[in-house]
Amino acid sequence: MKQKHLSFLIPYLLWIILFVIAPLVLILGYSLTDAAGHFTLHNFVLFFSGGTFIKMMLNSFWYALLITFFCLLISYPAAMVLTKLKNQQFWLMLVILPTWINLLLKAYAFIGIFARNGMVNQFLHLFGIGPVPILFTDFAFIFVATYIEIPFMIMPVYNALKEIDPALIRASSDLGASFWQTFRYVIWPLSWPGVESGIQAIFIPSLSLFMLTRLIGGNRVITLGTAVEEYFLTTMNWNMGATIGVILIFLMTIVMILTSGKRHKKEIDL
Amino acid sequence: MEIIKLDHITKQYDDGFVALRDINLSIESGKFYSLLGPSGSGKTTILRIIAGFAEPSTGKVYFNGQDITGLDASKRHFNTVFQNYALFPHLNVYENVAFGLKLKRTPEATVREKVKDALHTVRLDGFANREISELSGGQQQRVAIARAIINEPKVLLLDECLSALDKRLRKEMQFELRAIQKKLGITFIFVTHDQEEALAMSDEIFVLNDGQIQQSGSPVAIYDEPVNDFVARFIGDSNILPGEMIKDFEVKFAGKNFECADAGITPGEKVEVVLRPEDLDITAPEKGKVTVQVLSQLFLGDHFEIKATGAGTEWLIHSTNGVKIGQEIGLFFDPEDIHVMRLGETEAEFDARLESYEGDGEGDDE
Repeated sequence: MKQKHLSFLIPYLLWIILFVIAPLVLILGYSLTDAAGHFTLHNFVLFFSGGTFIKMMLNSFWYALLITFFCLLISYPAAMVLTKLKNQQFWLMLVILPTWINLLLKAYAFIGIFARNGMVNQFLHLFGIGPVPILFTDFAFIFVATYIEIPFMIMPVYNALKEIDPALIRASSDLGASFWQTFRYVIWPLSWPGVESGIQAIFIPSLSLFMLTRLIGGNRVITLGTAVEEYFLTTMNWNMGATIGVILIFLMTIVMILTSGKRHKKEIDL
Repeated sequence: MEIIKLDHITKQYDDGFVALRDINLSIESGKFYSLLGPSGSGKTTILRIIAGFAEPSTGKVYFNGQDITGLDASKRHFNTVFQNYALFPHLNVYENVAFGLKLKRTPEATVREKVKDALHTVRLDGFANREISELSGGQQQRVAIARAIINEPKVLLLDECLSALDKRLRKEMQFELRAIQKKLGITFIFVTHDQEEALAMSDEIFVLNDGQIQQSGSPVAIYDEPVNDFVARFIGDSNILPGEMIKDFEVKFAGKNFECADAGITPGEKVEVVLRPEDLDITAPEKGKVTVQVLSQLFLGDHFEIKATGAGTEWLIHSTNGVKIGQEIGLFFDPEDIHVMRLGETEAEFDARLESYEGDGEGDDE
C-alpha cells in the first residue's frame, strides 16, 4: 500500500529533478568553471573584488526592500479593512484580478500612463505643470513593482487576520488595552505568519526583477536580475551569469531563514 | 451594597431580533450571581452589555451609581473569562496572565509577584513557562481565570466558561470557582445554561427566557417556589399538574383535594401544581395519597427515575429504591411539597402574595 502511494510521487519527482535540481547543479557547475570548463573560483573573486557587483547587489537589496516595505504599508491596512467588509469574496476578486493579466501587458500599460504625453502628464498639464519625466525614474520602477506585487501581500495578510479569533480582540480590550495596544500586542504578532509569507513572496522575486527595470526603469535601475540577463543573453558569459545566480540563491536563502526564524522566549523563574 | 444596576435595558439587533426586553437588575458586591437560561434567552447579551462589548438599544448601565452605558470595555473595572477562554496563543502562561499588568506599565518585579499570586490562586504554580497549546482544557480555564483576576476587577464576568469541560472536571471547577470567589471577595456574574451549575454555585440566580427575567432569588427559593411553569420545567425535573384552588391552604388536583402551603389565591381559580419527583415517596398503595401504576424505570446510578400513570396523569418519581414495572404503588407527599403556581403571575405579584400570608417577605432565605 505504502509503495503504491509513493509511486504517485514519480511524475512530480521527475519534474523536480529535471527542472529544479538539475538546473541548480548546472548553475553551480557553471559558476565554478571558466569558459573552457576548468574549475576556478575566479568568478566569485571577480564578484566580490570589483565594486560594481557589490554595488549592484546592495542596489538589488535596497530596491527589493523598498518594494516590500511599500507593499506592506499599503496592503496591511487594506487587508484589515477587507476582513470587516460585507462582500469579502467580491473584494478579494478585485484584488486578485490584476494578477491574471500578463506582466508585460501591465508594464506596457504603465509606459502609456507615465510617458511624456501619457495620462499623468496630460492631467498635470491642466494645471500648467510639466511635462514631468516620470517614466524611467526610480519612482516609476518602485511604483509599478509595488502595484504588481500588492496582491501577493494582501492575500496572506488577509488570511492571517481572518484567522484571528475575534474573542481575542475582545479579551485584549477587556484587559484594558487601547486599540493601538491591541494591535501591537495581539493583532500584529498573530498576523505575522501572513506578513512573513507576504515578505517572502515579494522580497525574493523583487531581488531579481529585470523586465521592469528595463521597461519602466529604463535600465537606469540595475539589479542582480538585470545583470544575470545581460551575462546570459548579451555578453554570453554564462559562467559569470551563473555566479550571480548562485549569489542570488544564497541571498534568498538568507532572507528565508531570517523571516521564518523562531524567536526564543526567555524563561521566567517565579 | 449595590455595585451594578441595569435600568430598563432593551436590546434589538439591526435585523429586528429583540434579544432583551426591559431588563432591570441589581448586583451587589461580593456575591456570586448566575444568569441562567436556555440558548437565545439573552443571558450572554446581558453579560456583554455589562462588559461593554455591546451597547443596549435603550436603558442605562450603572456602576457604583455612575452611568457607564457608553464607556469603552477597556475602561470598565470588570474582567471577563470567555467561553472558549480566548487565551492569546502566541503568548505563554506567564505572558497571558501578565497581559493586563503589562498594559499598565507595571514594574517587572510587581508583575512577577502578582502573576505568581494569581497562578497560585488558580492552583497552577509552576506553569508559568508553559505554552497555551500544551495545556489541558481545565488548565486553560484556570489560566483564563488568573488572567482575568490579575487586574483586581470589582466584578468578574464568566461566560459559559465551564461548558467545554467534561462532567467531572466541571464539578471540580464549580467548587474552585466558588472558593476563588470567596477568597477574593469580589462579585462574580456567571452565565450558564446548566441549572445544576447555577444551583450549586450561586448566591442568587436570575432565570431568563425570551429576553426577560423570569425569576430571581436564591437557588433554594427558585427551586422550591418556581414562579411559572417555565422556571419549574427549566430548573430541575417536575410534575406540573392542572388544578383548582379550593380555599386558602387547600388545592384540588388529580381528582382529589389536598392540604397545601399556599394561600392568597381566589377560591375556584385555575392553577398549576408543581410536585418535584424527589418529593414523591413510594409507599404501599393503601398508604399513598394517590395510587399509580409503574410504566418504566431507569437506573441513573444514584437514583431510579420512575415513570408511572394514575389519577388521570403521568408521574415522574425519583427514588433510591427500585420498583417492578406494572406494579401498583402509592405516592405520598407532604403539604409543603405541593407548590401552587397561578397562571400568568409575575415575579413581583408572586412576592407580594407570599408576603401577604407569610408576613415577613423573607421567605427566600429559609
